[in-house]
Amino acid sequence: MNQTAPQTHAKLRQRAEQLAGPLPPLLAEAEHLAQAVLLGAHGRRRSGTGDEFWQYRPARAGDEARMVDWRRSARSDAHFVREKEWQAAQSVLLWVDEARSMDFSSDRNRPTKADRARLLAMAISVLLIYGGERVALASLGTPPRSSQLQLLRIAQNFTEAKESEDYGTPVIRIMPPHSRALFVSDFMGDVVPVEAQLTRAADRGVRGVIYQVLDPVEEAFPFDGRTIFESMGGTIRHETLKAGDLRDRYLDRLAERKAKLADLARATDWQYACHHTNDSAQSALLWLYGALERKH
Amino acid sequence: MFTVAGIGFTAPWLLLALAALPVLWILLRAVPPAPIRRRFPGVALLLGLTDDETQTDKTPWWLLLLRMLAVALIILGFAGPVLNPKDDAAGTGPLLIVTDGTWADARDWQRRIDRIEALVNDAGRAGRPVAVVQLTDLPGGDLPFQAAGSWAARLPSLQPAPWQPDTAALTTWIGTLPDTPFDTFWLSDGLANDSRADLLAALETRGKVAVFQSAASVFALRPAGFDEGDIVAAATRTGPDSEASVTLVARGLDPAGTERQLATADLVFAPGETEASVRLSLPPELRNRITRFELAGLRSAGAVSLTDDALRRREVALIAGRDDREGLELLSPLHYLNQALEPTADLIEGDLLDILLANPDVLILADVAAISAGEQQPLLDWVEQGGLLLRFAGPRLAASDISRSQEDALMPVRLRAGGRSIGGAMSWGEPKALRAFAEGSPFYGLAIPPDVQVSSQVMAQPDPTLADRVIATLADGTPLVTRKRIGQGQVVLFHVTANAEWSTLPLSGLFVQMLERLAVSTRPSQPTAEDLVGTTWVADAVLDGFGQVQDAGNLPGVPGERLAGAEPGADMPPGLYTGEDRRIAVNVIGAETRLEPAAWPARIAVEGLAVLRELALKGWLLAAALALLCTDILASLWLTGRLTRASRGVVTMLGLILVLAAPPADAQTTGDDLALLATAEVVLAHVITGDARVDAVAEAGLRGLSDTLWRRTSIEPSNPISVNLETDELSFFPFLYWPITPDQPLPSVEAYARLNRYLRHGGMILFDTRDADIARFGQASPNGRKLQQLARALDIPPLELLPEDHVLTRTFYLLQDFPGRHASRDVWVEAAPPDAEQVEGMPFRNLNDNVTPVVIGGNDWASAWAIDEAGNRMFPVGRGFAGERQRELAMRFGVNLMMHVLTGNYKSDQVHVPALLDRLGQ
Repeated sequence: MNQTAPQTHAKLRQRAEQLAGPLPPLLAEAEHLAQAVLLGAHGRRRSGTGDEFWQYRPARAGDEARMVDWRRSARSDAHFVREKEWQAAQSVLLWVDEARSMDFSSDRNRPTKADRARLLAMAISVLLIYGGERVALASLGTPPRSSQLQLLRIAQNFTEAKESEDYGTPVIRIMPPHSRALFVSDFMGDVVPVEAQLTRAADRGVRGVIYQVLDPVEEAFPFDGRTIFESMGGTIRHETLKAGDLRDRYLDRLAERKAKLADLARATDWQYACHHTNDSAQSALLWLYGALERKH
Repeated sequence: MFTVAGIGFTAPWLLLALAALPVLWILLRAVPPAPIRRRFPGVALLLGLTDDETQTDKTPWWLLLLRMLAVALIILGFAGPVLNPKDDAAGTGPLLIVTDGTWADARDWQRRIDRIEALVNDAGRAGRPVAVVQLTDLPGGDLPFQAAGSWAARLPSLQPAPWQPDTAALTTWIGTLPDTPFDTFWLSDGLANDSRADLLAALETRGKVAVFQSAASVFALRPAGFDEGDIVAAATRTGPDSEASVTLVARGLDPAGTERQLATADLVFAPGETEASVRLSLPPELRNRITRFELAGLRSAGAVSLTDDALRRREVALIAGRDDREGLELLSPLHYLNQALEPTADLIEGDLLDILLANPDVLILADVAAISAGEQQPLLDWVEQGGLLLRFAGPRLAASDISRSQEDALMPVRLRAGGRSIGGAMSWGEPKALRAFAEGSPFYGLAIPPDVQVSSQVMAQPDPTLADRVIATLADGTPLVTRKRIGQGQVVLFHVTANAEWSTLPLSGLFVQMLERLAVSTRPSQPTAEDLVGTTWVADAVLDGFGQVQDAGNLPGVPGERLAGAEPGADMPPGLYTGEDRRIAVNVIGAETRLEPAAWPARIAVEGLAVLRELALKGWLLAAALALLCTDILASLWLTGRLTRASRGVVTMLGLILVLAAPPADAQTTGDDLALLATAEVVLAHVITGDARVDAVAEAGLRGLSDTLWRRTSIEPSNPISVNLETDELSFFPFLYWPITPDQPLPSVEAYARLNRYLRHGGMILFDTRDADIARFGQASPNGRKLQQLARALDIPPLELLPEDHVLTRTFYLLQDFPGRHASRDVWVEAAPPDAEQVEGMPFRNLNDNVTPVVIGGNDWASAWAIDEAGNRMFPVGRGFAGERQRELAMRFGVNLMMHVLTGNYKSDQVHVPALLDRLGQ
């Protein structure tokens, strides 16, 4: 025992370090990104239940006596009721594609699509939780929560290595009605499950954002010559003798896919946007925050 | 050796591998370029797309051809191809080795001897008798066929002769050739020769003839001549192929008697030209010392040209006793002498003592009576050492007491008082003509034109020595020209004036001839045969075939007729020949000699020193194959789409480098642009120092000054220009601002030459050390030290601190201070002449008559003047109102400076105002 105790202790420590290692950077980066957007108190701009003072209004018939703010009323002849601002917490559901296809980057100095997607999701989580909302990550499978711990859980989930397929499909088990959702993926795989999921979500009154993250190379297709294209997992391959000839047709298909997603979003009252990994994450976050904040 | 089309193969069996090429074609054709594997998430969108074209799975034909070519080149390369394979076919029978042995052979004589030695040794091994014949030194009697061993010992004694084979002797020698068959090997010197065809025909009837001839072109130097005071040296060559440059060296003795290289110049042959010439402008002192010209690095008598008296121009010093009066040019005592001597001699004028230092050949005193005691002795010394003192009479001499009762050391005779005039209104008799020159007089033989008449002269006192000293007389026997020898020199007195006042002699051609006979002027360069008839010339020094000057030894004299006409030969080797009173150089190459490359009939195999050497092509073929394979790599990459943007960039860069390697063609235009820009309007300019900030400030400063000038004065300059001293022409700019930085490079020698020319021709440079706030003028600061370094090679006159009455103080504004950003009073300009005295009643001294070439200071004027594009001041000057006042003074200094530059000493003329008013008042 004397021999093993320090060992296990050291091992535990080592694992804990390992686990915590990537957390702070991602969290820190996300918080840093979120700082730029955080606007202060996150009120609903209408009266309701909450902690913050909203306004005094003259007491009406039906108001209980205990609701009257006597201190205010004593200064005038009428009775006033003190109203508080409505501070309802919204539930936001995040789904970030964890498939292999997201691990693609065309340049050594460019983040992979997955990195960018996680960073944006993390940052929006920080913003939302600081704003008092509840956030859930689809792959965690837990209901939405509003705590710093939830941020840590999400970050931990993002940094865990996972076995996954070539192309991801949104699988969402818990979906509170009338909540918000954010789907981040490259949407390169089959579009049918996405469509099914979206329809299901729309049926439950969930609205949100379809956020497509693409690498610039996927938009440009700068290939030529005899090439064998393989998916990131290697399960799908396509051989061509003149890759340059395929460019136009590939771009057509990509545009078609984008149009399809945009149509889908319009039909379900969602929002759609496409982001490229060589663009600024800051502006992407601003857009996302605005889109999730939007009142309908 | 297996030979195809002049190319031999050392391993011909390898060529069979070429048969495998078609198989390779089929094999390669079937193999398409390998695909690239790419990870790409978008593949999901690609599924189901098919290629439009399908033929690219086979290698394209041109790539295949490229590879085939590369493989074929490799096969050919390893088969060992040799261009011009040498067939060593040894002959039999006697071998005659003929060598031209002329000066043109001399430069590679040792290699020729080696070649002959190899031939002789080969013949010795084959047991063939050999004869070696040098065409410039033909053997008497039969051909000396001997065993090879006996020739081997005699080869080193063969020497090239400094002349061409004698055609007549060669023709007779051809007649004596034996009829027995022999083979001939002819080492030609590469020059065309009349007798060559005859000899070739004669030799061909007796056996095979092989010719050995160097392909290098033969250079030869023509005798140097005069043209407009410069020496013109020309060279010629045989092959007008490419551009070539040879260095011309002028050699001669220095004052210590050591032979030295006195001058060099480059002779550049333009492509396609066989002639090149260069002008040498040398001071007479140096020029007269030249004894020969050489082409550097060429050991050949043809590359050496000896000079004789023709190149020597005598230095004649002229001194007139009377001050020249303006407008009476034709009465000047020196006018006719100038006219007579200018074409052939170098004239010096000046102070007598200065002239003696230059050691002229002749000193002419025209109507100079008294020579001061201090000058007498040096003059006498100079005459004793061989100088010729030529004196002319005149009113002053006639009126003076010199050589009256006692003969003056520097006069040939005593003179009677007063002289005489004949044929005038107050005298009896006619003007006198000249009597024919007596034998023994240097003028003997000159024809006397009838219109030469003497109307006045000074008379010689009859003395016992007079008869010996007279060398020309008038018709009545009175001496006209007398001569006295002093030491090695002589004093000659013309008893008339050097102008046409006393006689018409200076108007006639006889005057020139007399001066020529007195060796005052130089003779015409090339003597004609008539001049030389009956004379005998002895060689002083001769040239050998290698162009070395040798002592002539006891060579027999050469008759003048031979010397005048023909080319040098065995009886007259090239060299320097001395006659009675002059020396004539005989050179291998005359002014008209043409060098033609020898032409051989096509049937004769001409072997060269360089051209037809065996050339192994293996390396070249393999290199070509490698290049093709490299192209193949690029092409394959391109075909498979692996040529990314970066590597495309590299390829484009390579291409660009190749294109840019071509010489730029439009370098000229920039110079023209600058000229147009600088001359269309007045432009201020500053020197580029290399410090970007200082240059920018200087530019901005000049812009500010230009603006101020535009607003306040009638000077309307356009935008200032930055001047690169190394490349730009300076003469367009009236003014240069030169800020000093410690690390600017020193200008090159050419740039300094340009700067000095600029300063001498009225340009002005404002040097600004920009450090007056921390240092005073001098060594104290790095900028000051740098300025001293920069200015060391400049032609800057003595300087002084800007005096209070300098014209700069009043050219536009009245100023006494010249501040810039700093307000030091140390501003230096060209010093006033030492004799500038302030005249009573004048406000200013009458200072130097031109613009000061430099103004030196450290006040950082450019910063004070500088404005930015918006017209705002770039740097603060001083503090508050005083600072603005200082800036205003700085602007005023700039205005004054430019006014001074452009109008010179115009404001100095105010000093004449009192005098002018005074004159007007009367």
